[in-house]
Amino acid sequence: MKIITLLKRVPDTEARILINQEGTGIREDGLKYVINPYDEYAIEEGLKVREKVGGDSKVTVVTMGPEEATELIRTALAMGADDAVHIVDPLLENAGPFTSAAVLAKVIEEEGFDIIFCGKQAIDDDMAQVQTILAEMLDIPQVNVATEFELSDDGKKAVLSRRIEGGDEKYETALPAIISCEKGLNEPRYASLPGIMKAKKKEIRKKTLADLGFETKPQGGRAEIVRWLPLPKSGECKIVEAEELQDAVKELVRLLREESKVL
Amino acid sequence: MTDILVFGELRGGKAKKITKELITAADRIAGELGGEINGLFVGEGAASAAEEFKGYGFKRIFYAEDDALKNYSTEGYAKVVSDVIKSTGARYVLAGATAMGRDLFPRVAARVDGVMFSDCVDLRVEDGRAIAKRPVYSGKVFIEITSKDERPTIVAIRPNNIPPAEPKGDGAEIVKQDSDVTIDTIRAIAKEIVPLAGGRPDLTEADIIVSGGRAMKDASNFKILEELADLLGGAVGASRAAVDSGYAPHALQVGQTGKIVNPKLYIACGISGAIQHLAGMRTSKVIVAINKDPNAPIFEKAHYGIVGDLFEVVPLLTEELKKIL
Ligand SMILES: Cc1cc2nc3c(=O)[nH]c(=O)nc-3n(C[C@H](O)[C@H](O)[C@H](O)COP(=O)(O)OP(=O)(O)OC[C@H]3O[C@@H](n4cnc5c(N)ncnc54)[C@H](O)[C@@H]3O)c2cc1C
Ligand SMILES: Nc1ncnc2c1ncn2[C@@H]1O[C@H](COP(=O)(O)O)[C@@H](O)[C@H]1O
Repeated sequence: MKIITLLKRVPDTEARILINQEGTGIREDGLKYVINPYDEYAIEEGLKVREKVGGDSKVTVVTMGPEEATELIRTALAMGADDAVHIVDPLLENAGPFTSAAVLAKVIEEEGFDIIFCGKQAIDDDMAQVQTILAEMLDIPQVNVATEFELSDDGKKAVLSRRIEGGDEKYETALPAIISCEKGLNEPRYASLPGIMKAKKKEIRKKTLADLGFETKPQGGRAEIVRWLPLPKSGECKIVEAEELQDAVKELVRLLREESKVL
Repeated sequence: MTDILVFGELRGGKAKKITKELITAADRIAGELGGEINGLFVGEGAASAAEEFKGYGFKRIFYAEDDALKNYSTEGYAKVVSDVIKSTGARYVLAGATAMGRDLFPRVAARVDGVMFSDCVDLRVEDGRAIAKRPVYSGKVFIEITSKDERPTIVAIRPNNIPPAEPKGDGAEIVKQDSDVTIDTIRAIAKEIVPLAGGRPDLTEADIIVSGGRAMKDASNFKILEELADLLGGAVGASRAAVDSGYAPHALQVGQTGKIVNPKLYIACGISGAIQHLAGMRTSKVIVAINKDPNAPIFEKAHYGIVGDLFEVVPLLTEELKKIL
């Protein structure tokens, strides 16, 4: 079985995000980058499927991102993925979801695929669109926000749970399909020391837009960011105090009813 | 032409609350740019929802309801929605940034060769263009965004951000949308919905949330938060530390890798206020922090705070509210 897992490089969840001086984006100096947290669940699920199906099954990581993403691809290879394709091209900086999906679709078609795992959303642009546009371009179904995944014995379909408001939606899909992963689906493994050693020898195939046969950036620029806005300043916190805790609680209730009128 | 299509999401045969919020947003755009507002309901209950929304200022309300559309499927619904967008020539499509909206509309955007803005918190007109506001980097900054050309623009709006519309205007024309979706062409489909235990409102839709952190110490202690939440008709949330320690299920996690919530009142009990937690709840209208550490970062974001032991404060708060509610 040919398993593709998508990996995007994003700023660490701890990172403080500040707008740059020109107001045209964020300040990137000093930012630490990590594998998009949801993509870790995708890698883990890909490895689990490979282990279940066995044979000559293979997990290929696909990343579109800057040169520096190589380091994170190595981490995925150290977790156990077999090889990777890394699309690097300056034209792809700040690519929107259509561009990303078109480029990823091209690579995935070239590689061949039986199932694709990715994250439910990238925590930088927070679009949660690439996987579904990709599914449309590849003409396959997608199941988003999966918290349970089970492959049928013949490998032709899967049953899943996907998280929705106030419950879980039980879903069934034919394969090939794209599955976007949510926390809770699995516990991503850590890279072992032997894994890290082995990863150094695994192949990362670098490609540019031209290598993929694109003359220009595919379908870009449909959205225009008008401006970047910082978070509104938070007001002072009113600490409610009293000799007796009970009176402080009473005062809090009064404030919630009379001052902020939320009760 | 700036015709607008409002997608009214159905759940259990009923229109979700977000539908009226989308109508308010549509009115704002149409009020400035002109154009007619049409509605669309797909799935079980679509015909009766169309009837229910007749008096909300729509020109036409389309509905599609048959066996192949009874259960949600991206493919089935995307076909109907794309057909209506194409036939009405809608320039703007407003949808909820819900589990369904987030799954369905990227595919619709691809099909109608349009563009989609996910998870918006506001929509307004500026210099003759509709501008959507949305958080990026998990809510650490915002962008305002518009479409560059005349393509269909799908704006997915988060629940609870825009006031619901009131009934107005003459009755809409109700139009049955024929669907050529057949069940055997659908490759992936929802089989059933298993509701979360508890019967409380969903975190993303709740007006009031009572959340507990690592300080809860044990799953059974969440009882005191549940009691408070039930009294207020609210939902219960948790920090990742509480989830990872097994005190609460992951479905209740609030934050960057959990639910993004936007209630009127968020009560954080024994939660320190890590950046990843704040990312999920900082837009709450009023934040109350209960923490025994006066230096906990949560107090920098909270509007009201009590420095004290949550195991004393929360029961007192419940007692106090029982007297008045
Ligand atoms: C990739 C990544 C993603 C993450 N995503 C999320 C996320 O989505 N959501 C999230 O919440 N976190 C997330 N985190 C974790 C986050 O960094 C924090 O570790 C977590 O939020 C801490 O939870 P806490 O506040 O409950 O625990 P702590 O930080 O341990 O805080 C406990 C607080 O309780 C107070 N306290 C203790 N006892 C009492 C008492 N009896 N009464 C009153 N107060 C008391 C303490 O003073 C302290 O402030 C993420 C981390 C990473 C690395
Ligand atoms: N540049 C990229 N390279 C590889 N995978 C990506 C890229 N962009 C997005 N993805 C995948 O698509 C998912 C959704 O991304 P987004 O639509 O940007 O929120 C992510 O969780 C990734 O798994």
